[in-house]
Amino acid sequence: MKFASKLVHYDPAPGDPFRPMSTPIYQTATFEQQNVDSRGEYDYSRSGNPTRHVLEEQLASLENGTRGFCFSSGMAAIANVARLLRTGDEILADTDLYGGTCRLFSRVLDRSGISVRYADAGDLQSFAAMFTPRTKLVFIESPTNPLLRIIDIAAVADLAHRNGAWLCVDNSLMSPYLQTPLDFGADFVIHSATKFLGGHSDLTGGAVVVKDASLAKQIRFLLNAEGSALGPFDCFLLLRGLKTLKLRIDTQQRNAAAIAQFLQNDPRIKQVLYPGLDGSAGNQLQRAQARGAGSVLCVTTDSVAVSKALVDAVRMFHICVSFGSVHSTISLPGRMSHASLPPEIAAARALPPDLVRISVGIEDADDLIEDLSEALSKARPAARSADIP
Amino acid sequence: MPTRSSDVSTLAIHGGRTLDPQTSSLIFPLYQTGIFVHDAVGVDKGYSYSRVSNPTVDALEKALGALEGTPPAVCFRTGMAATTTLFLSLLKAGDHAVLSEVVYGGTIRLFREVLDHLGVKSSFVDTSDLQAVESAMTPATRIVFVETPGNPTLKLTDIAGVAPIAKRHGCLLAVDNTFLTPVLQKPFELGADISVLSTTKYIDGHNATVGGSLAARDEVLLERFRLIRKTIGAIQAPFDAWLTLQGVKTLPARLRLHCENAAVIARWLEAHPAVARVYFPGLDSFPQKALAERQQSGPGGIVSFELKAPSETAIKMLNSLKLCLRAESLGGLETLLTHPPSTTHADLDPEYRRRIGISDGFIRISVGLESARDIIADLEQAFAEAGIGAHAQEEPHEVR
Repeated sequence: MKFASKLVHYDPAPGDPFRPMSTPIYQTATFEQQNVDSRGEYDYSRSGNPTRHVLEEQLASLENGTRGFCFSSGMAAIANVARLLRTGDEILADTDLYGGTCRLFSRVLDRSGISVRYADAGDLQSFAAMFTPRTKLVFIESPTNPLLRIIDIAAVADLAHRNGAWLCVDNSLMSPYLQTPLDFGADFVIHSATKFLGGHSDLTGGAVVVKDASLAKQIRFLLNAEGSALGPFDCFLLLRGLKTLKLRIDTQQRNAAAIAQFLQNDPRIKQVLYPGLDGSAGNQLQRAQARGAGSVLCVTTDSVAVSKALVDAVRMFHICVSFGSVHSTISLPGRMSHASLPPEIAAARALPPDLVRISVGIEDADDLIEDLSEALSKARPAARSADIP
Repeated sequence: MPTRSSDVSTLAIHGGRTLDPQTSSLIFPLYQTGIFVHDAVGVDKGYSYSRVSNPTVDALEKALGALEGTPPAVCFRTGMAATTTLFLSLLKAGDHAVLSEVVYGGTIRLFREVLDHLGVKSSFVDTSDLQAVESAMTPATRIVFVETPGNPTLKLTDIAGVAPIAKRHGCLLAVDNTFLTPVLQKPFELGADISVLSTTKYIDGHNATVGGSLAARDEVLLERFRLIRKTIGAIQAPFDAWLTLQGVKTLPARLRLHCENAAVIARWLEAHPAVARVYFPGLDSFPQKALAERQQSGPGGIVSFELKAPSETAIKMLNSLKLCLRAESLGGLETLLTHPPSTTHADLDPEYRRRIGISDGFIRISVGLESARDIIADLEQAFAEAGIGAHAQEEPHEVR
């Protein structure tokens, strides 16, 4: 079955005697047992819940995995995968990661004696040199966030496996509609379901999808042991949001391409980072491993003051962290989503301070472009007057 | 499963319990769906379209039926949708209804603005006077609808007294039992044919939903209600039904505390010099105390009173409340005060309002589950703010 069909064509309530079109919300903590010794499929919602089960199966199917698991947030999903490591193990991560992921790796896992090394996964040769016998997990995003560099997933998977490590790919920026990392050898795909999967800015959630049965067993064990599963109502919202994943992303991506084109031709913009632009770095690789460039793009203006004034001047773009919503959003990653970077990492990453990240929604592209154009006209003079002491 | 003779506290939790058919989920699932798939053309599992029926709404209907001592009730989007369906189900042009004159303002409006235009006749009479009920009956009368205690003066109607009159005239007797619920008053045991509830009030109890229900022992009546509900599209929504279902479980426990708190507030008000009169079935001064003791198993959580002051003072007092809230509706965890002459009964003709005892200084309290001491402290400061505080000669009232 093609992806668009898979989004809506699945059993929303397996075994349900009433055959509802929409998955019932099992907002319950416990399930009655037949007797002391025998219990049914479910006993306690931390361990398993029918609403969550439908969502987990659907995500596994969309990501071409075998098992999916849903968490209360994307960070809970990443933390769960990281929990597979033991004291002394190392994580090798790409340099350009979501700030919260870096915070977890550098400031939380270090307490358990797990260390992290960052290296540019776009440079396979130097990345390969960073492996040690203790490297257990390789963690990347592609496209990376926020610089939108494209990492060769198959090549990194191969490197990881040759070094006895797992590869985990954060696929939040693409969604399974545009990219299925398990097909390229990744061992874990993780999602912040808050982003494109939910798509409506109405829930916080995360997911882990795997192919390997023994990994599935370990993730499931930890999910139950630590109790970080997504609640039934949020599972329902996510199931509802997923049905329009393709519709949303098709529109968002079309809008993003038009905006990228407009910004690239605008002299007030220094640089546009968007893997969908012909001739952009990573454009070929992106075409090879993904089915689109997505709808997140970044620009630089050569001036922090202009960037800040731009973000302040737009009217149709909400200033907020997160991305992937039906609403267009805009942010200064250096001050917002990536402000949690430990200082030494922030210094090493050299995130351009004038970097503006735009997540394009489903509004009319002309309206968005007009808004950006007007905001840019205001941003230069505003920034100039702000410079005057 | 509990038996019919089970105590109401047990019935509220286990009565009509619908075990989830598939997973034994302790809490019945929320079927947030509009549509159910058919196995084959014309073959379904009892559900097809959520305007007609829905498993979650059914679960609530079974639970309410268990409390009422009837087959599963019929649930509606609002209490007024239940009342509207009741009358549309049973009355046609030329038919006549007899109703309590002390009744929720929306019920009066339903007749004045809708049913009158459809040729349905009505008489609003003092149903606490059995002779007045008898005199209002005509050959065209099809239904007697009483609200007891009546909103907002808490005037009681003797259900067991009205039932034989209705029967003799070949009429159905419907009781709006919203103020007491089946936990404190059992209309069917007193001879009523239909029980009407605004589930928005005590049944949900958390001010989280709006809803209504109709219960009856007669399956033919229930079928008629379902048919009209389906026709006018008035069924309760699954999520609201689900929330209400959770609320039902604590209904007896909540009502016990509501009654207890209300009694303390009523006694405090009665001792207050600025209060002309207190209406509360639990007070010795309540004119129908004997009837209340006979037909109710508790006084309920509503206390009404009249200030010896004009409308402006009543409004000033209400506007000075800090803990209690100014809101219509009743039956929730929060203490709510309302000024019926300017809110729930504002649509009424002023003469009608005065006749049924709603003076300008009339105030209704839905006593919540806060500490009675805190509620009284708030009333005390609001009375003082409005210039009608108790004076120094008053003994400080002992509150449990």
